[in-house]
Amino acid sequence: MAQTQTFDRDDAKLVLTHVIFAFVALMIGGIAGMLQGMVRGGMFEMPGGISYYQLLTAHGVLMALIFTTFFIVGFMFSGVSKVTGGKLTSTARGLGWAGFWLMAVGTAIGTVMILANEATVLYTFYAPMKASPWFYVALALVVVGSWLSGAGMIAQYRSWRENNKGKISPLFAYMAVATMVLWYVATLGVAATVLFQFIPWSFGWVDKINVLLSRTLFWYFGHPLVYFWLMPVYICWYVVVPKVIGGKMFSDALARLAFIMFIVFSVPVGFHHQLMEPGITPFWKFLQVILTFAVVVPSLITAFALFATFETTGRAKGYKGLFGWFRALPWKDVRFLGPFLGMVAFVPGGIGGMINASHQMNALVHNTIWVTGHFHLTVATAVAITFFGIAYWLIPAITGRRLTEAVNRLGVWQVSLWAFGILVMSGAMHISGLMGAPRRTSDTTYNGNEIAAQWDPYNLLVAIGGVILFISLIVLAVALVKMFQMPKGETEYPVAEPLQPVEATPRWLERWGVWIGVTAVLIVIAYAFPIADQLFLDPAPGAKGYVLW
Amino acid sequence: MHIHRLEKIWMVFGVVMLAVFLAVLGVYAFSMGLQTPHSHAYGKVDPEKLAETPPFDQPGVYQVGENEYEAVIIMYAFGFTPNEITVPAGAKVNFVITSSDVVHGFEIVGTTVNLMAIPGEVNVVSYTFDKPGEYLILCNEYCGIGHQAMYTKLVVT
Ligand code: HEM
Ligand SMILES: [Cu+2]
Ligand SMILES: [Cu+2]
Repeated sequence: MAQTQTFDRDDAKLVLTHVIFAFVALMIGGIAGMLQGMVRGGMFEMPGGISYYQLLTAHGVLMALIFTTFFIVGFMFSGVSKVTGGKLTSTARGLGWAGFWLMAVGTAIGTVMILANEATVLYTFYAPMKASPWFYVALALVVVGSWLSGAGMIAQYRSWRENNKGKISPLFAYMAVATMVLWYVATLGVAATVLFQFIPWSFGWVDKINVLLSRTLFWYFGHPLVYFWLMPVYICWYVVVPKVIGGKMFSDALARLAFIMFIVFSVPVGFHHQLMEPGITPFWKFLQVILTFAVVVPSLITAFALFATFETTGRAKGYKGLFGWFRALPWKDVRFLGPFLGMVAFVPGGIGGMINASHQMNALVHNTIWVTGHFHLTVATAVAITFFGIAYWLIPAITGRRLTEAVNRLGVWQVSLWAFGILVMSGAMHISGLMGAPRRTSDTTYNGNEIAAQWDPYNLLVAIGGVILFISLIVLAVALVKMFQMPKGETEYPVAEPLQPVEATPRWLERWGVWIGVTAVLIVIAYAFPIADQLFLDPAPGAKGYVLW
Repeated sequence: MHIHRLEKIWMVFGVVMLAVFLAVLGVYAFSMGLQTPHSHAYGKVDPEKLAETPPFDQPGVYQVGENEYEAVIIMYAFGFTPNEITVPAGAKVNFVITSSDVVHGFEIVGTTVNLMAIPGEVNVVSYTFDKPGEYLILCNEYCGIGHQAMYTKLVVT
């Protein structure tokens, strides 16, 4: 680990291309986000016949699907290359590029369709709202592209294992493979509904669509999607952050166990997004609610590991007292501050998630802007701000430059602004959501309704928070440009070593076949009957398509 | 695999809390009737033939028990049939809902009435309004360009 090793140039190109693509999507999505806040706050009207819902579709797709996926693929390729010998095999890199191009073409087609107002169906594209077939084709390209990228990472991991028989794999590579395994299992649902339902129906090859089935398949994918965003963040929290603070990773084995549990418990749970829907009996909903809460276990493992790392590191540096170790943390280092703010946001984010998933309690918050507040704490903060923190060392590390104090300071400002903007925006969304304000709704007073008027001050706060977030993005853009002007030199790619020797890690954690088997069994238990019911035991008459925008 | 003693305590505490929590949700749902909305015995309907499919051939509010009413409602882009609903205070109201086109969300602001209207499916939830007055009903699922204009009122007398 200590030897100075510059990042492989070809790998750097692959990683950098993904990261830049991700940030371009983020900037465009951010402009849309800020405008949404202003429209909802009644401060602004969209010019040129662009509708609020067109903006919202662009925001959802670019942020939730494009920014996240591109960054995740780039970041994980970089780490896999780093820990498996510093160079991707040509197969792995080739698959990475093939994946990139498919995803990029998909993104381009999708964006054109949204701009042309041919796909104003929001990023969840609920049937029977019918977009241009090319929008669904675009989504399919993005998914297939990500499958190729995953295959590239797995190919790299397998070649490492072949050359290092009997050894336990490097943790980063293991976690990246776990993330992609989850992704394969999860995307089967969205691939099935897009390929077998939406594409034939939107091209007009069939007249009707089974709406409930399409929703079930979408949410089979939609929940593990959030773990696909979260697991790379956990890679940073488990593997990178301990090194940045000058400590060691708490437990290699428990980290792997947590990742296995995320694979097992994050798929058979999609009904917690459909609690308010007809056509699924309360028994099946409740069964999936129970499975949903099983992810509490790996989350507790993670929380323990993180704080144990902070404390042991602080104490090793000589800080005393119950909380003295807190002062040992490098608060002025963006590589730490970004992920740390993400961890902080994840506390209310996780609690909010438990509320949302609480079966009948979901009625209080379902489809209110509370939910939007919730996922701006989780994906738009815990995830996004950790990605920001990563970018500040990843880009210099792979381009052979030295992170300067000026850019670091810019980064500290940028992530702090983001956290503050989210506090304002998400806080207001949570409150007005509890008061009943709906999400996904353009500016309206409901004909001067008194109750709706009580939401106004919070709409204003959402708009203000959105502007603060956008300023943070401008600072990020400046920092990104400056990163390419920093002096040549070296920036560490931080990978922590475990407190205990990795030899203590049990081998069964690497038996992928077993874990995929367990996951499959749970999926069959949770979904086989409800899907059979929706598909052929008692399907509703199909619905024809509508274009209502 | 070595697990720290404190971590064992932490995990056991967390899992026990979780079990208690889920037990509370389950007991409320399955033995005290605080359940999620679901279809009951209404079966499926053809969204294009609602005009000839009971109960949606005659949307409206009907008394079905001593102090119990049924509100049969069709949601469409961008409105509700019937347009205005009146129910007495203190009575149990069963909302029976479907959509004749795309997916909508039926929310009565300030209450726990919040359920999805999906074409082909019938959704049901019950609620008792204790306070007389006017309530705002709105659509809380994106249903097209006029989504923000899809609302009506419920009067409790
Ligand atoms: C400049 C920063 C951002 C601002 C100002 C912003 C603002 C907003 C607003 C006002 C809405 C919703 C409104 C509605 O329901 O009517 C929204 C929705 C959403 N945002 Fe953001 N957001 C930002 C960043 C992000 C990021 C970084 C992500 C994810 C990585 C994200 C993901 C989403 C998603 C998935 C939706 C839901 C779209 C839908 O309902 O279809 N946002 N955002
Ligand atoms: Cu979920
Ligand atoms: Cu609507």
